[in-house]
Amino acid sequence: MRHPSPALGLLIVLVGGCASAGARPPQTRSPAPATAAPAGPTAQDTTSADRPQYASTYQRHPNPPVLIRNATILTATGQEIAGGSILFRDGRIVAVGTTVEAPGDAVVVDGTGKWVTPGVIDTHSHLGVYAAPSTQAESDGNEATTPVTAEVWAEHSFWPQDPQIPLAIAGGVTTIQALPGSANLIGGRSAVLKLVPARSVQEMKFPSARYGLKMACGENPKRVYGDRGGPSTRMGNMAGYRSAFIQAQAYRRRWDKWNKDHQGDPPDRNLRNETLAEVLRGSIYVQNHCYRADEMVQMLDLAHEFGFKIRSFHHAVEAYKIADVLAREGTAVSIWADWWGFKEEAMDGIHENAALVQQAGGRPVIHSDSPSGIQRLNQEAAKAMYYGRRAGIQITRDQALRWFTVNAAWVLGIDSLVGTLEPGKMADVVVWSADPFSVYARALQVYNDGWLVYDRNDPTRQPKTDFLLGREP
Amino acid sequence: MIAFLLAQTIAITGGTVYPVSGPKLENATVVIRDGRIAAVGTNVAVPAGATRIDASGKWVTPGLIDGGGQMGLTEIGLVPGTNDGGLRDSAVAASFNVLEGINPASTLIPVTRIEGVTTTLAAPSGGFIRGQAVLIDLDGRTIEAMLIKSPAGMVVNLNEDSKSAGGGSRAGVAARFRRVLNDAREYARRRNDYSRAQMQPLAASAADLEALQPVLRGEVPVIAVANRRSDIETTLRIAREFRLRLILAGAAEGWMMADQIAAARVPVLLQALDNIPTYDGLGVRYENAAMLGKAGVRVVLLETDTHNSRNLRQQAGNAVAYGMAWDQALRAVTLTPAEAFGVADRYGSLEPGKVANVVVWTGDPFEFSTGVEHVFIRGREIPLRSRQTELMERYRSLPPKY
Repeated sequence: MRHPSPALGLLIVLVGGCASAGARPPQTRSPAPATAAPAGPTAQDTTSADRPQYASTYQRHPNPPVLIRNATILTATGQEIAGGSILFRDGRIVAVGTTVEAPGDAVVVDGTGKWVTPGVIDTHSHLGVYAAPSTQAESDGNEATTPVTAEVWAEHSFWPQDPQIPLAIAGGVTTIQALPGSANLIGGRSAVLKLVPARSVQEMKFPSARYGLKMACGENPKRVYGDRGGPSTRMGNMAGYRSAFIQAQAYRRRWDKWNKDHQGDPPDRNLRNETLAEVLRGSIYVQNHCYRADEMVQMLDLAHEFGFKIRSFHHAVEAYKIADVLAREGTAVSIWADWWGFKEEAMDGIHENAALVQQAGGRPVIHSDSPSGIQRLNQEAAKAMYYGRRAGIQITRDQALRWFTVNAAWVLGIDSLVGTLEPGKMADVVVWSADPFSVYARALQVYNDGWLVYDRNDPTRQPKTDFLLGREP
Repeated sequence: MIAFLLAQTIAITGGTVYPVSGPKLENATVVIRDGRIAAVGTNVAVPAGATRIDASGKWVTPGLIDGGGQMGLTEIGLVPGTNDGGLRDSAVAASFNVLEGINPASTLIPVTRIEGVTTTLAAPSGGFIRGQAVLIDLDGRTIEAMLIKSPAGMVVNLNEDSKSAGGGSRAGVAARFRRVLNDAREYARRRNDYSRAQMQPLAASAADLEALQPVLRGEVPVIAVANRRSDIETTLRIAREFRLRLILAGAAEGWMMADQIAAARVPVLLQALDNIPTYDGLGVRYENAAMLGKAGVRVVLLETDTHNSRNLRQQAGNAVAYGMAWDQALRAVTLTPAEAFGVADRYGSLEPGKVANVVVWTGDPFEFSTGVEHVFIRGREIPLRSRQTELMERYRSLPPKY
């Protein structure tokens, strides 16, 4: 959310930089594992968080093998294949190239004149937690009761019948990070979800994906808590994060000791510190809402003090002012193409933000933070790419494609599984009616883990949540 | 110095010209003289001494008109001191005209115009009878210099947001609107009685009732915000009863009753990229613009986020992607809004005598790959600079040049 109260009114990474990208490990092949232990931690450095609780029950939907032939394929690995074909089976990409044979049981899709990309990934969504129809009843994104709520989890708010979900699917989105809002200094855990129709959030949880931790800088926490006991200043914000992590350090020490010797009763569990301790262990990624350049530098100092990494700044309208610092730190930025001006800290937004971050060797991601914007991240990336080019910054189409595919996957720590079209990766594939960087392009088919979850030309393949049944004309 | 250009003659030559009022012209010339369009055509001689602008391979269109936002009335969304677009605690504010709230120095103005949007509505926000919107060109050091038409419309909100003004019911809102309009008629008939305090209390202040007179005479259109089908029906009903000149705005479920709206000859202002269902419009969909257009409704496309009024062309492109004819979409951001706001004699197309708001694009204005090469507002070439281009230049290479 732009702010916690309703608004007025609406690869290359670097060359070869997709370091953790690659074939999905064979042991995680489908059917998807039923448990979702965080990928990061090993047994000895976890606490109670590694028990199989709140597990993913995601199951790949069966779908015959699919061969899309004679399309322009943008792989997000630096390759653009004219007249290309892609074959996937059992949820996995089998082959991508100019000569791919169709197995006898494959559904063959004529891709003539069509374009194919990896599924779109949004690192910043409030689908499900700020669901439509946007009444107070669906407002579940900010636990705005105290400034540090590391103990809350977005998945516990997530409503899978949010009618916005099918709209995002129709925009080519296959994976999202659903985040708590930005009212709080530390807003809680995010959920990384496969965007498929489901009865429970558990059925959507991306197998093996780790959690993120939502943190927020600047105006929002100040505004929400300024007359409710604080923080009321940016220095108060900083003190708030530091106090929280100091407690988490002590908590982690107690648990690490007990995990080693198992002497006496285990320490008391504390949900807030449990989450923050996982951040300190590096197994939960920090996703930090932060607009201003100077504040991002403050947050990098905070991360150094406590020895964790900020995986991505979010919104980061001033990222271009410190693009060199961000590149050095290895922190991505999840940004809009052109939002600006809705508050003071968003006044310096410019069209060339993503391009300048790319030019400096950083890792830009185009995110939505919007149920509307999520439906056209390709268009938003197109704006950011072409404005960059017009300013003389040579952004390739492949780089801009990564802004809403594999760079986003990296931010979520799943870039070895999704985000590019390569053999072995999950078959999250979008067929577009035209060059996806054209305003006239629409997603025609969306495959999630090999399943045809949306087909613009087939009304039986256009999912609709329960909410709209019997209401639409 | 640039002001001297006003007196100059400019010839834009060799471009593909979209006059909007007629078919496109290949390799055509547009001549601008003294702030007006002097000639448009394929056989137009370049006047001697004219400043020539080579538009070979370029597209030339009228400046885009955005009827959606609060240009000049808002600077920073969350900073109240910079927002002047609405009256607080005033449900009926018919006499409120936004004009003197406009800040000609707003940073939004250069940000917007260098992307080809040359004219915008500045509309009041909040409340039920919100007040009077004005139409402005995005150039000029004073409000007077920017002004095209005031009022351009009386904005009335007849959707869910107004319910408190009607005691919590849509029916109450409709009844109150009728009461205000009836009292405005009554007031006009009995001004003397009113000044002698010989009338029952009226539903609005004298100033508001006075401001509604040109509305009742059909001289100023009512721009009515309504989204739910039943609200649109109520709006059409009230407009018939009082013979109002009506413009519908929002109209999320308008496509369900396109024929009715077309028959009423009511133009519709809408944002193409709206499809998030709320109880105020569960049927909202991207195809709304196209479906209304096909039924013969005059559709005006909007970008309602004032800070990104420049995305009007993205709205138009998406209207096309979801079924609207391209020519109709271009008309929906040029001539159709000029007609709706009653300024088509001066704005909205490239025709001799019209105000020289002209944009030269590198290609299809709706495409992301297209950039703006030249913008003329009232014949003045606008420097393609804004606060944002200055930030970009400062930080283009790091460390910045302070």
